[in-house]
Amino acid sequence: MSIDSMFVHKMWNDHELEHMVKGGVPYPMLSDAGGKVGTVYGVYDENAGVEARGRFIIDPDGVVQGYEVLTPPVGRNVNETFRQLQAFQLVRETKGAEATPSGWQPGKRTLKPGINLVGMVWKEWKTTDAFD
Amino acid sequence: MAEEAAVGCARPTGGPVGEENKNETPQSHEISKEEQSMIKVGQKAPDFIAPGYHKGAFVNVKLSDFLGKWVLLCFYPGDFTFV
Repeated sequence: MSIDSMFVHKMWNDHELEHMVKGGVPYPMLSDAGGKVGTVYGVYDENAGVEARGRFIIDPDGVVQGYEVLTPPVGRNVNETFRQLQAFQLVRETKGAEATPSGWQPGKRTLKPGINLVGMVWKEWKTTDAFD
Repeated sequence: MAEEAAVGCARPTGGPVGEENKNETPQSHEISKEEQSMIKVGQKAPDFIAPGYHKGAFVNVKLSDFLGKWVLLCFYPGDFTFV
Protein backbone atom coordinates (compact mmCIF):
# COMPACT_ATOMS: atom_id res chain seq x y z
CA MET A 1 0.00 0.00 0.00
CA SER A 2 1.27 3.45 -0.91
CA ILE A 3 -0.13 6.88 -1.74
CA ASP A 4 0.23 6.12 -5.46
CA SER A 5 -2.95 5.60 -7.49
CA MET A 6 -3.92 2.14 -8.74
CA PHE A 7 -3.08 3.39 -12.23
CA VAL A 8 0.53 4.04 -11.21
CA HIS A 9 0.58 0.63 -9.47
CA LYS A 10 -0.40 -0.93 -12.81
CA MET A 11 2.38 0.88 -14.66
CA TRP A 12 4.97 -0.06 -12.05
CA ASN A 13 3.89 -3.71 -12.09
CA ASP A 14 3.63 -3.97 -15.87
CA HIS A 15 6.82 -2.07 -16.73
CA GLU A 16 9.24 -2.91 -13.93
CA LEU A 17 8.10 -5.48 -11.36
CA GLU A 18 7.12 -8.03 -13.99
CA HIS A 19 10.81 -8.14 -14.92
CA MET A 20 11.64 -9.09 -11.31
CA VAL A 21 8.74 -11.46 -10.52
CA LYS A 22 7.40 -13.79 -13.20
CA GLY A 23 3.72 -13.05 -13.74
CA GLY A 24 3.91 -9.79 -11.80
CA VAL A 25 3.04 -9.00 -8.20
CA PRO A 26 0.85 -11.88 -6.89
CA TYR A 27 -0.93 -9.86 -4.19
CA PRO A 28 -3.12 -6.71 -4.39
CA MET A 29 -1.19 -3.43 -4.71
CA LEU A 30 -3.39 -1.01 -2.76
CA SER A 31 -3.78 2.74 -3.12
CA ASP A 32 -4.01 5.05 -0.12
CA ALA A 33 -4.16 8.40 -1.89
CA GLY A 34 -4.38 11.02 0.85
CA GLY A 35 -2.81 8.74 3.44
CA LYS A 36 -6.02 8.12 5.38
CA VAL A 37 -5.30 4.46 6.06
CA GLY A 38 -1.63 5.18 6.73
CA THR A 39 -2.64 7.81 9.26
CA VAL A 40 -4.76 5.30 11.21
CA TYR A 41 -1.82 2.86 11.18
CA GLY A 42 0.63 5.58 12.27
CA VAL A 43 2.89 5.36 9.20
CA TYR A 44 1.79 8.41 7.18
CA ASP A 45 4.23 11.34 7.21
CA GLU A 46 2.10 14.43 6.62
CA ASN A 47 5.09 16.68 5.85
CA ALA A 48 6.58 14.39 3.23
CA GLY A 49 3.18 13.23 1.98
CA VAL A 50 4.32 9.60 1.87
CA GLU A 51 4.15 6.50 4.04
CA ALA A 52 7.03 4.92 5.96
CA ARG A 53 8.05 1.31 5.39
CA GLY A 54 5.48 -0.16 7.79
CA ARG A 55 4.82 -3.89 7.97
CA PHE A 56 1.97 -5.35 10.03
CA ILE A 57 1.31 -9.02 10.80
CA ILE A 58 -2.44 -9.50 11.23
CA ASP A 59 -3.77 -12.85 12.48
CA PRO A 60 -6.94 -14.68 11.29
CA ASP A 61 -8.98 -12.88 13.99
CA GLY A 62 -7.91 -9.50 12.58
CA VAL A 63 -5.60 -8.80 15.51
CA VAL A 64 -2.24 -7.07 14.99
CA GLN A 65 0.41 -9.44 16.34
CA GLY A 66 3.45 -7.40 15.36
CA TYR A 67 4.72 -4.53 13.28
CA GLU A 68 7.91 -2.90 12.08
CA VAL A 69 8.25 0.63 10.75
CA LEU A 70 11.37 1.97 9.01
CA THR A 71 12.15 5.34 7.46
CA PRO A 72 12.39 5.25 3.64
CA PRO A 73 16.17 4.80 3.07
CA VAL A 74 16.38 1.34 4.69
CA GLY A 75 14.63 -1.69 3.21
CA ARG A 76 13.05 -4.57 5.09
CA ASN A 77 14.25 -8.11 5.76
CA VAL A 78 11.67 -10.45 4.25
CA ASN A 79 13.21 -13.51 5.95
CA GLU A 80 12.67 -11.95 9.38
CA THR A 81 9.06 -11.22 8.49
CA PHE A 82 8.52 -14.87 7.48
CA ARG A 83 10.27 -16.05 10.66
CA GLN A 84 7.93 -13.96 12.82
CA LEU A 85 4.91 -15.12 10.83
CA GLN A 86 5.91 -18.78 11.33
CA ALA A 87 6.47 -18.14 15.04
CA PHE A 88 3.05 -16.54 15.49
CA GLN A 89 1.45 -19.39 13.56
CA LEU A 90 3.15 -21.96 15.81
CA VAL A 91 2.00 -20.16 18.96
CA ARG A 92 -1.54 -20.03 17.58
CA GLU A 93 -1.55 -23.71 16.57
CA THR A 94 -0.44 -24.75 20.06
CA LYS A 95 -3.00 -22.36 21.60
CA GLY A 96 -0.19 -20.66 23.51
CA ALA A 97 1.17 -23.89 25.05
CA GLU A 98 4.46 -23.18 23.26
CA ALA A 99 6.40 -19.94 22.95
CA THR A 100 9.30 -19.09 20.67
CA PRO A 101 12.33 -17.67 22.52
CA SER A 102 14.83 -15.18 21.11
CA GLY A 103 16.56 -16.47 18.00
CA TRP A 104 13.93 -19.13 17.32
CA GLN A 105 13.82 -20.50 13.81
CA PRO A 106 11.49 -23.20 12.43
CA GLY A 107 12.76 -26.53 13.79
CA LYS A 108 14.49 -25.01 16.80
CA ARG A 109 13.37 -25.67 20.34
CA THR A 110 10.34 -23.86 21.74
CA LEU A 111 9.58 -23.12 25.38
CA LYS A 112 6.52 -24.38 27.26
CA PRO A 113 5.49 -21.59 29.60
CA GLY A 114 4.32 -22.75 33.00
CA ILE A 115 5.28 -23.04 36.64
CA ASN A 116 7.97 -25.62 35.91
CA LEU A 117 9.77 -23.20 33.59
CA VAL A 118 10.17 -20.49 36.21
CA GLY A 119 13.89 -20.11 36.90
CA MET A 120 14.65 -22.98 34.53
CA VAL A 121 14.91 -21.19 31.20
CA TRP A 122 18.72 -21.41 31.48
CA LYS A 123 18.40 -25.19 31.11
CA GLU A 124 16.22 -24.94 28.02
CA TRP A 125 17.80 -22.01 26.22
CA LYS A 126 21.42 -20.88 25.80
CA THR A 127 22.58 -17.40 24.80
CA THR A 128 24.07 -18.94 21.65
CA ASP A 129 20.47 -19.83 20.64
CA ALA A 130 19.86 -16.11 20.14
CA PHE A 131 22.24 -16.11 17.18
CA ASP A 132 22.66 -18.05 13.91
CA MET B 1 -11.62 -11.59 -1.52
CA ALA B 2 -11.79 -8.52 -3.70
CA GLU B 3 -14.48 -7.17 -5.98
CA GLU B 4 -13.57 -5.64 -9.30
CA ALA B 5 -13.64 -1.85 -9.33
CA ALA B 6 -15.25 0.38 -11.96
CA VAL B 7 -12.63 2.44 -13.79
CA GLY B 8 -13.45 6.10 -14.25
CA CYS B 9 -11.37 9.19 -14.86
CA ALA B 10 -11.14 10.20 -11.22
CA ARG B 11 -8.32 9.00 -9.04
CA PRO B 12 -10.13 6.67 -6.62
CA THR B 13 -9.23 6.39 -3.00
CA GLY B 14 -10.39 4.40 0.01
CA GLY B 15 -10.15 4.86 3.72
CA PRO B 16 -10.85 3.44 7.14
CA VAL B 17 -14.22 1.79 7.74
CA GLY B 18 -16.14 0.92 10.89
CA GLU B 19 -16.19 2.34 14.37
CA GLU B 20 -13.04 4.42 14.17
CA ASN B 21 -14.67 6.62 11.55
CA LYS B 22 -17.54 7.64 13.81
CA ASN B 23 -15.10 9.55 16.01
CA GLU B 24 -14.57 12.15 13.32
CA THR B 25 -16.65 14.89 14.86
CA PRO B 26 -15.47 18.50 14.53
CA GLN B 27 -14.93 19.07 18.25
CA SER B 28 -12.76 15.99 18.70
CA HIS B 29 -9.34 17.46 17.92
CA GLU B 30 -7.71 15.40 20.62
CA ILE B 31 -9.31 12.23 19.37
CA SER B 32 -8.06 12.79 15.84
CA LYS B 33 -4.58 13.43 17.22
CA GLU B 34 -4.80 10.20 19.16
CA GLU B 35 -5.76 8.37 15.98
CA GLN B 36 -2.39 9.35 14.54
CA SER B 37 -0.51 7.61 17.32
CA MET B 38 0.81 4.11 16.75
CA ILE B 39 -1.64 1.24 16.91
CA LYS B 40 -1.01 -1.41 19.56
CA VAL B 41 -0.09 -5.07 19.22
CA GLY B 42 -2.73 -7.45 20.51
CA GLN B 43 -5.51 -5.13 19.34
CA LYS B 44 -7.75 -5.26 16.29
CA ALA B 45 -6.25 -3.97 13.07
CA PRO B 46 -8.28 -0.95 11.89
CA ASP B 47 -10.48 -2.03 9.00
CA PHE B 48 -10.29 -0.19 5.68
CA ILE B 49 -11.32 -0.33 2.04
CA ALA B 50 -8.77 0.55 -0.61
CA PRO B 51 -8.73 0.45 -4.40
CA GLY B 52 -5.87 -1.40 -5.98
CA TYR B 53 -4.37 -3.32 -8.84
CA HIS B 54 -4.28 -7.11 -8.73
CA LYS B 55 -3.31 -9.48 -11.56
CA GLY B 56 -4.52 -7.36 -14.45
CA ALA B 57 -7.64 -5.92 -12.83
CA PHE B 58 -8.58 -2.93 -10.71
CA VAL B 59 -10.14 -4.12 -7.45
CA ASN B 60 -11.55 -2.84 -4.17
CA VAL B 61 -10.02 -4.61 -1.19
CA LYS B 62 -11.50 -4.65 2.30
CA LEU B 63 -9.21 -5.82 5.09
CA SER B 64 -11.99 -7.58 7.01
CA ASP B 65 -12.69 -9.79 3.98
CA PHE B 66 -9.44 -11.57 4.90
CA LEU B 67 -10.63 -12.65 8.37
CA GLY B 68 -9.65 -16.31 8.76
CA LYS B 69 -6.34 -15.77 6.96
CA TRP B 70 -2.99 -14.36 8.00
CA VAL B 71 -2.38 -10.94 6.44
CA LEU B 72 0.86 -9.06 5.85
CA LEU B 73 0.04 -5.39 5.36
CA CYS B 74 2.99 -3.45 3.94
CA PHE B 75 3.28 0.29 3.43
CA TYR B 76 6.06 1.86 1.37
CA PRO B 77 6.96 5.43 0.33
CA GLY B 78 6.16 5.14 -3.35
CA ASP B 79 6.07 3.15 -6.56
CA PHE B 80 9.39 2.89 -8.43
CA THR B 81 11.25 2.78 -5.11
CA PHE B 82 12.43 -0.41 -3.45
CA VAL B 83 10.14 -2.06 -0.91
